[in-house]
Amino acid sequence: MSASHAERLELREQFDTPAQQKEASTLGMWIFLVTEVMFFGGLFTAYIIYRSFYTDAFARASNTLDVAIGSLNTVVLIVSSLTMALAVHASQIGARRLIVVFLLLTMLFGGVFLGVKAYEWHHKWEQNLVPGSRFHLPGEPQPAQAQLFFSLYFAMTGLHAIHMVVGLGLLAVLVARAQMGRFGPHYYAPVDMVGLYWHFVDIIWIFLFPLLYLVNRHG
Amino acid sequence: MGQRFPLFPEQASTVAPMTDNLYFFLIGITVLFSTGIFLAILIFAIKYRRRSEDQVPVQYEGPASLEIIWTLVPLGIVMLMFAWGTHVFFAATTPPRDAIEIYGVGKQWMWKLQHMEGHREINELHVPVGTPVRVTLTSEDVIHSFFVPDFRIKTDVLPGRYTTAWFEATKPGRYRLFCAEYCGTDHSRMIGWIHVMEPQEYQAWLSGGGAEGSMAASGQKLFEDLGCASCHTTDGRGRGPNLVGLFGSPVALAGGGTVKADAAYIRESILAPNAKIVAGYQPIMPTFQGLVTEEGITQLIEHIRSLGQQPGAAPAGQPVQPEAAGTKAGER
Amino acid sequence: MITTAVEERQHYLNAGYGLKSWLLTKDHKRIGLLYLITITLFFVLGGVFATLIRLELLTPPGDLVSSETYNKLFTLHGIVMIFFFLIPSIPATLGNFFLPMMIGARDLAFPKLNLLSWYLLVIGGLFTIFVMVAGGVDTGWTFYTPFSSSYSNTYVVATGVGIFITGFSSILTGLNFIVTIHTMRAPGMRWLRMPLFVWSHYATSLIMVLGTPVLAISVLLVAAERVFHIGIFDPAFGGDPVLFQHLFWFYSHPAVYIMVLPAFGVLSELVSTFSRSRVFGYAFVAFASLAIAILGFLVWGHHMFVAGQSAYAGMVFSFLSFLVAIPSAIKVFNWTATMYRGSVSYATPMLYAFGFIGLFTIGGLTGLFLASMGLDIHVHDTYFVVAHFHYIMVGGAVMAYLGGLHYWWPKMTGRMYPEGWSKLSALLVFVGFNVTFFPQFVLGYVGMPRRYHVYPDEFQVLNVLSTAGASILAVGYVLPLIYFIWSLRYGAVAGSNPWRATGLEWKTPSPPPVHNFEETPVVRHEAYDYAALFKEEEAHVR
Ligand code: HEA
Ligand code: HEA
Ligand code: HEC
Ligand code: CUA
Ligand SMILES: [Cu+2]
Repeated sequence: MSASHAERLELREQFDTPAQQKEASTLGMWIFLVTEVMFFGGLFTAYIIYRSFYTDAFARASNTLDVAIGSLNTVVLIVSSLTMALAVHASQIGARRLIVVFLLLTMLFGGVFLGVKAYEWHHKWEQNLVPGSRFHLPGEPQPAQAQLFFSLYFAMTGLHAIHMVVGLGLLAVLVARAQMGRFGPHYYAPVDMVGLYWHFVDIIWIFLFPLLYLVNRHG
Repeated sequence: MGQRFPLFPEQASTVAPMTDNLYFFLIGITVLFSTGIFLAILIFAIKYRRRSEDQVPVQYEGPASLEIIWTLVPLGIVMLMFAWGTHVFFAATTPPRDAIEIYGVGKQWMWKLQHMEGHREINELHVPVGTPVRVTLTSEDVIHSFFVPDFRIKTDVLPGRYTTAWFEATKPGRYRLFCAEYCGTDHSRMIGWIHVMEPQEYQAWLSGGGAEGSMAASGQKLFEDLGCASCHTTDGRGRGPNLVGLFGSPVALAGGGTVKADAAYIRESILAPNAKIVAGYQPIMPTFQGLVTEEGITQLIEHIRSLGQQPGAAPAGQPVQPEAAGTKAGER
Repeated sequence: MITTAVEERQHYLNAGYGLKSWLLTKDHKRIGLLYLITITLFFVLGGVFATLIRLELLTPPGDLVSSETYNKLFTLHGIVMIFFFLIPSIPATLGNFFLPMMIGARDLAFPKLNLLSWYLLVIGGLFTIFVMVAGGVDTGWTFYTPFSSSYSNTYVVATGVGIFITGFSSILTGLNFIVTIHTMRAPGMRWLRMPLFVWSHYATSLIMVLGTPVLAISVLLVAAERVFHIGIFDPAFGGDPVLFQHLFWFYSHPAVYIMVLPAFGVLSELVSTFSRSRVFGYAFVAFASLAIAILGFLVWGHHMFVAGQSAYAGMVFSFLSFLVAIPSAIKVFNWTATMYRGSVSYATPMLYAFGFIGLFTIGGLTGLFLASMGLDIHVHDTYFVVAHFHYIMVGGAVMAYLGGLHYWWPKMTGRMYPEGWSKLSALLVFVGFNVTFFPQFVLGYVGMPRRYHVYPDEFQVLNVLSTAGASILAVGYVLPLIYFIWSLRYGAVAGSNPWRATGLEWKTPSPPPVHNFEETPVVRHEAYDYAALFKEEEAHVR
């Protein structure tokens, strides 16, 4: 399959040139990410407002989160971003085997992140820290406020995890297509797009981690 | 009232003429600009109507200064509106310090109002003419809104907060009270009357039956019934702080910082005692959430206020500063 | 002039037949028509609710329906009209159809996404219809907490899901438009050569992309609150009900500009074409759209002057609301000036344009009443507000939509609508509209609160007037429905450019071929260059 053939194969009829198509898809992806920022932005706003209302209760509730596990997950996610970037690079230089390897590695780290997250949630469930009638934080003078912290914690990490799951799905599709040798220097836009998405999800976590885990750990 | 087809509400408060003047100004601007634009369209449409299908008019490039004029002129006008509107807003929301105090609670779907002297009314409120009246409001359930069109006042009534409305009625009579914020099934039936009376009539009304002891007295009774007195003694030796002279004064908190002891703070101390702990005390006060109604809380507040105030705060039985119960509560 | 008959020429309508060729189409023109049909159905639905509201309000006591039902009626009326009719109206039908053609593109950048966004609207709409059948929802279109989250016992969550899904439809449309405008312009189509319709859609899309996600997260949180009692908005759990209002209006104020900016775009096209002169102050009109889009994000708090927000925050919001009025004023003045020394035709679309300018001016200026904090204390949540927004949304946006529909109908279908009937309907809409909603300004100032099922006797006269007007209005709306369908078969055949307008969409046969243009057009003139157009036509004849 020659490069020019692949180009023709992938050039959609509404576009004149591959360059135009690439520009369109990149811009589209960026705009999509902007909408995602606004989406999470609503939650971040809610969090910041309540955090300033109920500083102490939030600090106490935050202290029940395990910083070590959170940090571990942060590292895992950053590494996955690295492997993702390497996958994009591999597709640019047309190293087919490497694309698959790096994509699989990215999926592996993503999976580890979700596993750890699931473990944390399960732990919270056992500690009765899930909002609801069973909610109980021993010694907490302001249970309603602490519960609000956990409501936001689950809403934010949950939404983030849903984005991770979507990302894993996209990666799986890429792996299948990479196996078929679809990507190369002339055509790697899909890898690039998913890469952007993956980095975005990573960045959201980079904001979530200090907000949720580190609010009261200064000094 | 009585008029079958009113175009304007009655002007029955001191704020009403201010609001109406602003309204007339805005109507003037609206009429001016809309007739101007309509006329221009009409004239252009007739004068420059298409005379033949192939007519191509010479392109008219107007002076660019036009754009500047019609940016700056409206800008000037709206700035005037802004200044005037803000002025009226502050006049309409800043109660004078000598206002008499009414406490109101909205609940689905009725208004409960209490006078200092202890009279309680439902969906009706009697007030004297020519006297500023301040209504401190809260809700037991959803958001309502206290609206008296003839006074041109409106304030949303929120659960968990105090907001205030004030008015000084200028004419005796009966004026409609509406709930203006949609609050469920019978929102449109959450209405009532404000009865504005001559001062002597009002006094007569007050001394007529119906009073169950002043609000402060009811508050004192509650204070004892709920067992507050067991900890809050007046000799300062109780497990809780002495509440005499508390109202309006700054309170030092454990962990640093001070707050002003206003209505919102006292409400919070009763419902969520551990939210702010007084310096030097243990967080042992239980919450009274569910044990005391919103009305009960306002009575407790009045009781604590009647225990004495710091100089600088309004005298007992008189309102605190506007921000004390209103904005502060709003800002949490 | 070229009046090619609609013979056996291939065009987008006869390129394929059968349901599948429509439901799986990626052609922006066909998707535009799918939207047209869908939103018309929703408009009729919303209109039925409006009819019931007006009938109930004919008399003071609640004699036609119960309070529960009345509350559901205005809630569903608002939700259907806003989310399922007006927000998609101009962008998703006329915008979808003509935006690519106006910039000389073969399609939008992402045709599949375009189809997906129509499906999302339909799915969201089905949720809403499910809610109606199942028993309705009674929170008002604003979903204020804690009523919506903890007190209402109607189908709030299902409604929220419907709006959530529909929101994504709007996001995808906006995204598609922005990318298309950036990357798919024909050679020579510079930014400042684009028709103003495209500019206003660009501004609209920005709002869709930036604002809609916030609405999505807000309804998600309300739903979560209802299902899990997470307590974000309910003071009983430490939450803050006013936070919801902030989040809601952060979207919904910009959303009102989603509804009116496309209408501005249509207006610029109409006024220019039917005056045969270049839009006066083209660049000012273009950038005014962007200014509105940006400033529009900063004024949401003007819905909450008496909601317990601090007076100083209120001042800032009031100030900015006044500022955002200026770009709208600039547009109105420029349209009026466009007619100056033009060649003004009284074709039906232009009548609608006249109606728009008049009614939008009144609607917009009464917005300034509301933005004045002192006055808003009195008129907030009264019929004054109801009149304000119907003036802009029905008198303004719906008028522009109908005007645009008449204007482009020949291009979309290849047929002309009947001139006499269409003028009659324009007149009825204008008169009926004013009789319906003008009394509501008075009613509001006298003090009638909105969302009132029963009302005191002294308000009756004005309410009767309003109901009477609504019946005229309804006739005005039913007429086009009938004659548009009629024209599909019996209307005169339209040439490629019946109005002798300048846009690229008129340079291709009616109805347009599947890929819009036989060859990619090259743009050599500014927008609205009538002299050049007529010269070209002459050269063509010779
Ligand atoms: C398309 C919809 C749309 C549009 C475009 C607007 C435009 C404006 N709106 Fe409106 N508005 C709504 C739809 C819309 N609104 C809705 C739906 C509600 C109620 C929501 C609810 O509670 O259910 C509402 C409510 C609403 C409120 C809250 C009222 C309340 O609840 O108390 C306010 C307050 O400031 C307001 C202000 C404005 C202003 C200043 C503009 C400005 O943008 C208007 C600018 C236009 C002009 C000014 C006219 C043109 C200018 C001239 C002809 C020249 C002369 C000009 C000058 C002298 C300045 N609107
Ligand atoms: C795009 C937005 C839009 C549109 C087009 C309309 C159109 C109309 N609206 Fe409404 N309206 C809103 C948006 C809109 N509205 C919103 C957001 C609210 C606030 C809701 C809330 O408070 O939560 C509201 C509230 C509202 C109220 C206040 C209710 C209250 O507060 O208690 C009223 C009262 O008169 C009203 C009336 C009307 C009328 C008479 C029309 C007319 O213009 C409609 C005329 C149309 C028709 C009549 C349909 C045409 C008919 C056909 C095509 C044929 C089929 C019909 C039959 C056989 C019957 N609307
Ligand atoms: C078990 C003992 C106890 C009871 C019963 C009790 N309180 Fe308290 N109260 C305290 C203590 C201890 C504090 C100081 C610590 C704190 O701020 O929570 C306090 C603080 C307060 C304060 C804030 C005082 C300040 O100086 O700022 C108020 C107001 C108050 N209580 C009112 C009441 C009312 C009204 C009741 C009855 C409905 C009540 N309390 C019942 C123990 C009690
Ligand atoms: Cu209470 Cu409306
Ligand atoms: Cu607004």
